[in-house]
Amino acid sequence: MNLINLSWKNILIKPLSTTLSLVLFALGVGIITLLMLINNQVQEKFEKNLAGVDMVVGAKGSPLQLILSSIYHIDYPTGNISLREAAIIKKHPRIAPLVEKTIPLALGDSYKTFRIVGTEHSYVELYDSAAAANTALWSKDMEVTLGAKVAKELNLKVGEEFFSAHGFMAEAHSHEESPLRIVSILPKTNTVLDQLILTNINTIRLLHKEPEIEFDEEDEEDNHKGHDDHEHHSHDDHSHNEASKEPVDMDDPKQGLTSMLVFFRTPMGNIMLPNFINQNTNMQTAAPAFETNRLYEMMGVGTDALRILAFVIIFISGLSVFISLFNSLKDRKYELALMRVMGASRLKLFFLIILEGLMIAILGYILGLLLSHGGMSIFSGAAEEAYQYSFDGWRFLKEEVYILLGALAIGIVAALIPALMVYKTDISETLGR
Amino acid sequence: MLKTSQLSYSYDKNNTIHFPDINCQKDEHWLLLGQSGTGKTTLLHLLGGLRKAQNGSITVTGQDLSQLPSSQLDAFRGKHIGIVFQQSHFVASLTVEENLLLAQYLAGVPQDKTRIKTLLSKLNLSHKLQSKPKALSQGEQQRVAIARALVNSPKVILADEPTSALDDENCKEVVELLESQAREQEAALLIVTHDQRLKDYFKNQIILTK
Repeated sequence: MNLINLSWKNILIKPLSTTLSLVLFALGVGIITLLMLINNQVQEKFEKNLAGVDMVVGAKGSPLQLILSSIYHIDYPTGNISLREAAIIKKHPRIAPLVEKTIPLALGDSYKTFRIVGTEHSYVELYDSAAAANTALWSKDMEVTLGAKVAKELNLKVGEEFFSAHGFMAEAHSHEESPLRIVSILPKTNTVLDQLILTNINTIRLLHKEPEIEFDEEDEEDNHKGHDDHEHHSHDDHSHNEASKEPVDMDDPKQGLTSMLVFFRTPMGNIMLPNFINQNTNMQTAAPAFETNRLYEMMGVGTDALRILAFVIIFISGLSVFISLFNSLKDRKYELALMRVMGASRLKLFFLIILEGLMIAILGYILGLLLSHGGMSIFSGAAEEAYQYSFDGWRFLKEEVYILLGALAIGIVAALIPALMVYKTDISETLGR
Repeated sequence: MLKTSQLSYSYDKNNTIHFPDINCQKDEHWLLLGQSGTGKTTLLHLLGGLRKAQNGSITVTGQDLSQLPSSQLDAFRGKHIGIVFQQSHFVASLTVEENLLLAQYLAGVPQDKTRIKTLLSKLNLSHKLQSKPKALSQGEQQRVAIARALVNSPKVILADEPTSALDDENCKEVVELLESQAREQEAALLIVTHDQRLKDYFKNQIILTK
């Protein structure tokens, strides 16, 4: 028998009020921790996948959408840009000196919800230079390199072939005539690379020259041309290498790129490039840092409201601990006085009551953590299904220790007044009654 | 073993109770008889150190209670004085055995389950070891309260109206228990009561008057 044991039994003997306090406490702690976990892991993923990209140049539309589609591969692309316009960034005498390097991206196809990205080898180097160096990346048209997660989840091996689908939906129409061949699989990088299928720009161009079956108003004009190409293909025994030697229309956005990732040599680029692009081209620029901050701010309104709600719930749970202890003192005043008779000091009884508050706080905290990490696992599953992004439900943050300290403080404060009342009780008066 | 001199207590200026001197030796059993209003409970609380006397002194096993600071007084009481109250109260969340273990824990003596088992079997309560106090009859509760007062082998046993709520049969049983256990532990026993039934059991008696 000791104080911890005794306070534990005192909590168990009033299961209803203990349950109420615990549920409230767990809910409050759970919501706050879950918000923290999501915030932390989303931001971490965002920062890691940003990989130092200073600016994204793409077709006009929502800049946030451009960032989301080109860097994070979440949203739909804004459209395409022509090669001629894209070349301005690297060639124009006023712009080129500011730019250290660019990486072109061509999007629009997917395989079983995993996005196919037409790009250059430097895109892989951007995220993992070791992986880029140690993997035999795609070298010809229609060759692809898979991200680790793609290969694992779809159980694909090097040498296998598959048909990509137009668009990003699982049920989308697939380009059944031209198979993509897997030449390599990247090791796990814990970046967006893991969930991508990488190939060269021309492969994407070739895939889109296929005859379109669905009637997209945008694609209508292209259909005719596509059809001609197809005829040509059949004669050529599907040799896309041949096809790629055809001249590319520099002014046709359809044969161009989706976007360019731009890295500046000097911070001046951040000012000069947007001005120039907006005034002289049909393209737009988007700064990832600015746009993601805007995104956090938009999410922030919702999370702030939730966080306030969580604090209110925790406050109420503290109140419930207080009321429950306060009420129980009426029934327990004799037994507490009796404990003094048996040798307990005032201080010991004070600690007993504080301990009862603390115990609810600690249990509530543990339940809250289970709740939040369980919630994070569910969120992770949903994010995975929708965007192929995976989060870790059971990764812990050091901030969770601060929440523990906060929880302990609430437990102590809630028990303080009842504990002081017990401390001050006159045993003789209580027992003499 | 238990000695008082010139003891008096005032609740207010016009209401001071003077108590006769008590000198209770080891192994002696005393009965303090008095009607209500004679300060019986006050005296017992003073003797047990639950209340501080304004005048006079109380010495238990050679220790002047007024010299002890509050927390040491609590510890001293837990170790050396066993008290049985008219109404037996227990820690409701604990079983009979745990209540006795708690008495040992709070007094700062080693927790000894064998001691508890022997004691309870002497009081015919072995089968109630794992019962919650609420589930016991009043007579059983009073016997457990006695067991709790005895569990640390105190030098002085104080009992406040231990029998007034009991019927004749239980009354006799409780008095005999208190006497036999006090004798076995060579403790001083002091019973404060208005219960006239107890007169015949004790040769040492003090009558309290207003």
